Amino acid sequence: MEAFVLHTGFAVPLDRANVDTDQIIPKQYLKSIKRTGFGDYLFDSWRFLDSGEIGMTPNERRINRDFVLNEAKYQGASILLARDNFACGSSREHAVWALQEYGFKVVIAPSFADIFYTNCFKNGLLPVSLSEQEVDALFVCAKQDKRIEVDLEKQCVSVEDQSEFYTFEIAENLKKKMLSGMDDIALTLSQSELIERFEAMHRENQPWLFRE
Amino acid sequence: MNRTLYDKIWDSHFVGTRSDGNSLLYIDLQLLHEVTSPQAFEGLQMAKRPLWRVGANLATPDHNVPTESRELGMAGIKDLISLEQVETLNENCKNFNVQQFDILDKRQGIVHVVGPEQGATMPGMTIVCGDSHTSTHGAFASLAQGIGTSEVEHVMATQCLVQNKAKNFEVRVDGLLEEGVFAKDVALAIIGALGTAGATGHTIEYRGDAISALSMEGRMTLCNMSIEAGARAGLVAVDDCTLEYVRGRPFAPKGELWLRALESWKDLYSDDGAHFDNTLSLQAGNIEPQVTWGTSPEMVCGITSSVPDPMAISDPVVSESTRLALGYMGLEAGTPITDIELDQIFIGSCTNARIEDLRVAAHVVSGKSVAKKIKRALVVPGSGLVKQQAEEEGLAKIFVDAGFEWRAAGCSMCLGMNPDQLGEKEHCASTSNRNFEGRQGHKGRTHLVSPAMAAAAAVAGRFVDVRSFF
Repeated sequence: MEAFVLHTGFAVPLDRANVDTDQIIPKQYLKSIKRTGFGDYLFDSWRFLDSGEIGMTPNERRINRDFVLNEAKYQGASILLARDNFACGSSREHAVWALQEYGFKVVIAPSFADIFYTNCFKNGLLPVSLSEQEVDALFVCAKQDKRIEVDLEKQCVSVEDQSEFYTFEIAENLKKKMLSGMDDIALTLSQSELIERFEAMHRENQPWLFRE
Repeated sequence: MNRTLYDKIWDSHFVGTRSDGNSLLYIDLQLLHEVTSPQAFEGLQMAKRPLWRVGANLATPDHNVPTESRELGMAGIKDLISLEQVETLNENCKNFNVQQFDILDKRQGIVHVVGPEQGATMPGMTIVCGDSHTSTHGAFASLAQGIGTSEVEHVMATQCLVQNKAKNFEVRVDGLLEEGVFAKDVALAIIGALGTAGATGHTIEYRGDAISALSMEGRMTLCNMSIEAGARAGLVAVDDCTLEYVRGRPFAPKGELWLRALESWKDLYSDDGAHFDNTLSLQAGNIEPQVTWGTSPEMVCGITSSVPDPMAISDPVVSESTRLALGYMGLEAGTPITDIELDQIFIGSCTNARIEDLRVAAHVVSGKSVAKKIKRALVVPGSGLVKQQAEEEGLAKIFVDAGFEWRAAGCSMCLGMNPDQLGEKEHCASTSNRNFEGRQGHKGRTHLVSPAMAAAAAVAGRFVDVRSFF
């Protein structure tokens, strides 16, 4: 995983609450056995008017001009602004992969669904929770094409030409993991004696859980 | 200290704190299916890591498998991309020596039906699966959570989940349910009250006499939908009903071990005075049969209600979501729920495809016919064993005689990753768990209901109050 320290970019405002992961990446693309190839299908049924399938490229699709991601001014945006309970529903990590492959480095919203939030930290996509008022203010900035800076070290979001900034909360352990970009599995395995010790005791107490 | 059920299971599986301050939680069982496991197996292979404990994994294909022509096995999967995914699961299970109920095994089925049916799901366990409806298994007082693919790989390699502990949410339902009102209605009523993010960051424990009165199938339906209220896990305390269900199943302990297990399971309930961070309380007697009218499970109301008017909603975000949802669903504000005309009926999914669900639906349609205007009515049992039992009990015949299609086990139209899908703008009375846009097919319109309500809707061609059938 790539480390995340600081990112500056333009934002695209997605003005809908409770966006579910079925919208972020629809079911038909989950048939892929790969971790890549999902960016072209991000928000598929909102970005395109036709029904898509794996293998189709965006230039052979019918574009929905009314969808915010398709507006010319938001091309190249790397920060997604969203509303409450972003990415609820299905646990599909493909949602994170699709957002990253499309070019997003940060998602800012008042709240996120739990599984998506966890999945973000496994891949280096930074989810930032700000208050509704702060997200409202950023919606205005995004529409004015202001550059937004997200500094994880300082836990701070700032906007170009503005003295005001917004600080955000993040669990210390998640922040540390993001800043270092370390391999989660390697880190856990470095303490494998701890797991082995627990497992031996657990096996003793509940042998029916160990059928092998 | 007085602990909740969640606290107890967490404590008994807490391995320790990792060097970076994260908690490690030991996982007893990982259920695998074809969609969210291939990238995890690939990750293991690339890093040359073995499975930490082979016997802690159990696999079955469910999302992609067609529900027709099952006798053809793999050759019945016409979609080549789906085929590759199911083949990949076969290969991975073979290479890593993981037990799998494959497409031709009569124990194959929806992973959340198969686990409990085999007794692989037992009280007090920690269970994960790369599927958000893993919360289903919480019906057995086991901490069961949906996880992402990176977490699947992490559990494969370490038998642990890296997690911060959630808060405790008590959902109480007291009193008695009316005849014709089921666990699905309770689940939808709770989600309607809590909202789709109401329990985010929490583990729900369902309590109260209406919960204790539910069968294990009912409790599974309820826990299954915890994620639709934002909770990764839902729980119900252990009682005799739980133990009776588990007793004698293939994976369950026998003889002396069974007695030891009973002893260990007997305190799987929340202590008196245990602390809950939040509580929601509902009266069972006030819950009507529920129907969703929108594109999120929280957009739900009773059968005697009408589609809401976005103009009458003061919160601008809710008003706008309602307006968008009604546009997608092709519904006018103020339309009585009983006036919604239907095109398809789907009885199935990890929420409602167990034997009890099929018995109730069969009771409603027995001796009646699917309305002429219904283009297709599907019954998809949750596993090969449920299918066999339903056939032995004569339920399959009741469905077929009434005009339903009787299919083989799989996720089917719950998410349309297989040939079972809704057409554009078709309205479906569905016993599944999500009414998200496009979930059951491009531009399809899903209404979530109980199996009894879906069965009654099949007969009437529109929604009717199923309480009159009991």
